[in-house]
Amino acid sequence: MQLTRRAFLAGVSTFALTAASAAREYRGGIPWEPGKAVPPPVYDPEQTFLTSEERAFVTAAVDRLIPADEYPSASELGVVDFIDHQLAGPFGRGDIYYMEGPFRDGLPTQGYQAQAPALLYRQAIADIRDGLAAAGQPDFIELPDDEKDTLLTRLSKGEGELSHTDGKTFFDTLWQNTQEGYFGDPVYGGNRNMEAWRMINFPGARYDYRPWIDHGGEAVILDPVSVGGRMVP
Amino acid sequence: MTTILPRRDVVIVGFGWTGAIVAEQLTQEGLDVLALERGHWRDTSTDYAVNNAQDEVRYRYRDELFEDLSRETLTFRNQSNQEALPMRMLGSFLPGTNVGGSGVHWNGQTWRFLPTDFQARSHNEERYGADAIDEELTIQDWGVTYEELEPHYDTFDKLCGIAGQAGNLGGEIQQGGNPFEGPRSSPYPNPPMDMVAAPLRFADAARELGYQPFPGPSANMSRAYTNPLGVSLAPCSYCGFCEKYACGNYSKATAATTILPALMRRENFTLKTGAMVLRVETRGGRATGVTYVTPEGDEFFQPADMVFLCAYITHNVNLLMQSGIGEIYDPRTGEGQVGRNYAYQTMSGANVFYDDDFSVNPFVGAGALGQCIDEFNGDNFDHEGLGFIGGGYIAQWQTNGRPIEHHPVPSDTPTFGLGWKQAVRANYNHTIGIGAHGASHSRRGNHLDLDPTYRDAYGRPLMRLTFDFSRNDIAMSAYLTDRVEEIARAMGGNRVDVSPLKVPYDIKPYQTTHNTGGHIMGDSPDNSVTNKFNQSWDVSNLFLMGAGNFPQNPGYNPTGTVAALAYHSLAEIRRSYLQNPGPLVQA
Ligand SMILES: Cc1cc2nc3c(=O)[nH]c(=O)nc-3n(C[C@H](O)[C@H](O)[C@H](O)COP(=O)(O)OP(=O)(O)OC[C@H]3O[C@@H](n4cnc5c(N)ncnc54)[C@H](O)[C@@H]3O)c2cc1C
Ligand code: SF4
Repeated sequence: MQLTRRAFLAGVSTFALTAASAAREYRGGIPWEPGKAVPPPVYDPEQTFLTSEERAFVTAAVDRLIPADEYPSASELGVVDFIDHQLAGPFGRGDIYYMEGPFRDGLPTQGYQAQAPALLYRQAIADIRDGLAAAGQPDFIELPDDEKDTLLTRLSKGEGELSHTDGKTFFDTLWQNTQEGYFGDPVYGGNRNMEAWRMINFPGARYDYRPWIDHGGEAVILDPVSVGGRMVP
Repeated sequence: MTTILPRRDVVIVGFGWTGAIVAEQLTQEGLDVLALERGHWRDTSTDYAVNNAQDEVRYRYRDELFEDLSRETLTFRNQSNQEALPMRMLGSFLPGTNVGGSGVHWNGQTWRFLPTDFQARSHNEERYGADAIDEELTIQDWGVTYEELEPHYDTFDKLCGIAGQAGNLGGEIQQGGNPFEGPRSSPYPNPPMDMVAAPLRFADAARELGYQPFPGPSANMSRAYTNPLGVSLAPCSYCGFCEKYACGNYSKATAATTILPALMRRENFTLKTGAMVLRVETRGGRATGVTYVTPEGDEFFQPADMVFLCAYITHNVNLLMQSGIGEIYDPRTGEGQVGRNYAYQTMSGANVFYDDDFSVNPFVGAGALGQCIDEFNGDNFDHEGLGFIGGGYIAQWQTNGRPIEHHPVPSDTPTFGLGWKQAVRANYNHTIGIGAHGASHSRRGNHLDLDPTYRDAYGRPLMRLTFDFSRNDIAMSAYLTDRVEEIARAMGGNRVDVSPLKVPYDIKPYQTTHNTGGHIMGDSPDNSVTNKFNQSWDVSNLFLMGAGNFPQNPGYNPTGTVAALAYHSLAEIRRSYLQNPGPLVQA
């Protein structure tokens, strides 16, 4: 599989969420316009990146990372939608990351050295699926749960080479994004109905906790709110 | 083509905490002051409105407040014999951009350094003998004393409305404060913050062990406050989205909430945003001005009589190197000063896990809400026979319960899966973290220079960082971590997990944005880039602000000292330089 960064970028929408800042001059007071606030760049179901095979892979993987018990699994809370939307935007494209070559593997202490996150997902998923096929094994989504876990664990430890990208970087990114989608604000498509916040008793985007400073070790339990308001399921 | 602009008295590069302080002080002298900021204008009511501010995805994980690495980053390696690779994503530290700089998303833990911290070499040699300082350390005295800085610490405390309990007023030790601090000329302008349960537990345990806990000095307001510039701040609402976030509530002291409302009204001040400064121009040993480029790609030369670099340490150092000012440090020969004595901070800690009957409610938090002990900082304890110098403070800060970032679990929890999920649920509301915030002593091999391979968006070589913790840092941190563990065990939980300093230094996990050194101050051009007034030895109308001036990093957060050094420099500029421009200290 040959995917250059340039070819890859050409295939992705160049819709930018933040306007490029122009040079401006300020004098004689604080600039102020009434009724203006900069809202969050919320979930847009039209803006997606993953192919259906890739979505199936991500769904199967995130549900092993956070499986269902009496609380929902990652995909049940919208984590796949969250990731798909994020990969199609500035994060996936790596807009604010340094993405110039040469790319080298680097030492573990040198941090992320892969291509832009969306390309990392694409390459890693293809490599894992190709690797399983070449070994005569079923596709990832068809593996029994314990074998999925073994494969994810091996990736997390940096074991087993992928041919186009670094498996550990992929695991770390996928796991990080899964937690973002599960525990992040529901305006980004994940954490539906704030179920993850209910699970741990996090009250969400409340602004003032002064009445609960002196709680003496008693649990403060408040129904959560989102930056999008008090969402109704 | 470069457009040449009309001359200004003063040009400031970067408009964070230090840029705003310089502008505020020099506009008072009637000078024509221009600040150039690479980012854009922001203000509390629009950019971090109360109902938008608590958004982990947007601010922490999509870096909305942090610098854009696609324009400019650094390369990193632990040792000189390794190949440095670009820091492609932020991790270990999170410098800011846009108006207000990193001060927008700081915690507000506002310290003064110990009097002996400013004599890091001479004090330790005197007390323990020259052999007590590891030969790989390149630490040195600052050339400025606590006594000289004290009035300026006081100015910053009052500007910000710092909340705290004095421990030493004019030499008299005060009950409930930090008994180790240097003498203060006045009490904190505001009383300490109200404490939640976790820091109180920490303080009880520390007291039982014979230590003297005190409330951490905080730039989160404990009550409504109006500062000497006439700007008002509101009481902190303990929202828990402080560190790494902007305050939507006008409750955290930042440049925007303490200085800008007054400064922006002054007729002799102009701010330009979208102005990325590429270099300082010099002729005949003087700075003639700076060259900057706009997002539209237009290049300008801004002539000025005085140039202030307030761009945060790596950018200040980079600007010196890109401008060919001073000699770049070479660790093999020890020659050159620019880029020498880069240092960082040594962080370690412990988690105390409780049963269901004790709830922490970590979301009731603030950036600088906590209790601390200072028995093991600097030279507050006897180092005889310990094999290291320096130390750090130990604290319980209750900053947040933000659920993407904050899920403490016991160390034997599986990395992912059901076991992880259940451990998160069981421990989210029942864990207290305490930490040691330790010094980082400058060492011969640690430095900044220019990368031979990678370039920024403007075609300039990237700055290259070579850093690992020194033997002294590692031994010192291990000692502090043992003290942390003793307190953690006294806090009455059912389990304690200790997390020691991670060695080698890793650029990925967040540690602190307390990078220091690279354009250090000192008493001679042979050992420093600036004199004690932050004035370049090479170019006398060039001043460098920020933690880049620190010859090494003591065991505290830097900003109180960054601000005090800036005010100290500006006082001398106002007193002497403006009448008689030239070197403030004879080389
Ligand atoms: C998450 C976090 C928590 C922190 N908590 C604390 C704390 O509790 N206590 C404490 O003491 N300190 C803390 N700090 C550190 C504190 O924020 C800094 O010490 C302080 O803000 C530094 O001020 P400065 O003026 O030197 O730089 P900055 O505030 O970083 O300002 C530099 C400005 O220069 C601009 N700039 C850079 N390069 C250029 C260029 N070439 N041209 C034009 N403009 C340029 C940048 O965009 C930026 O606006 C924290 C920092 C972070 C990130
Ligand atoms: S904790 Fe307090 S100071 Fe910090 S952001 Fe919230 S309200 Fe502001």
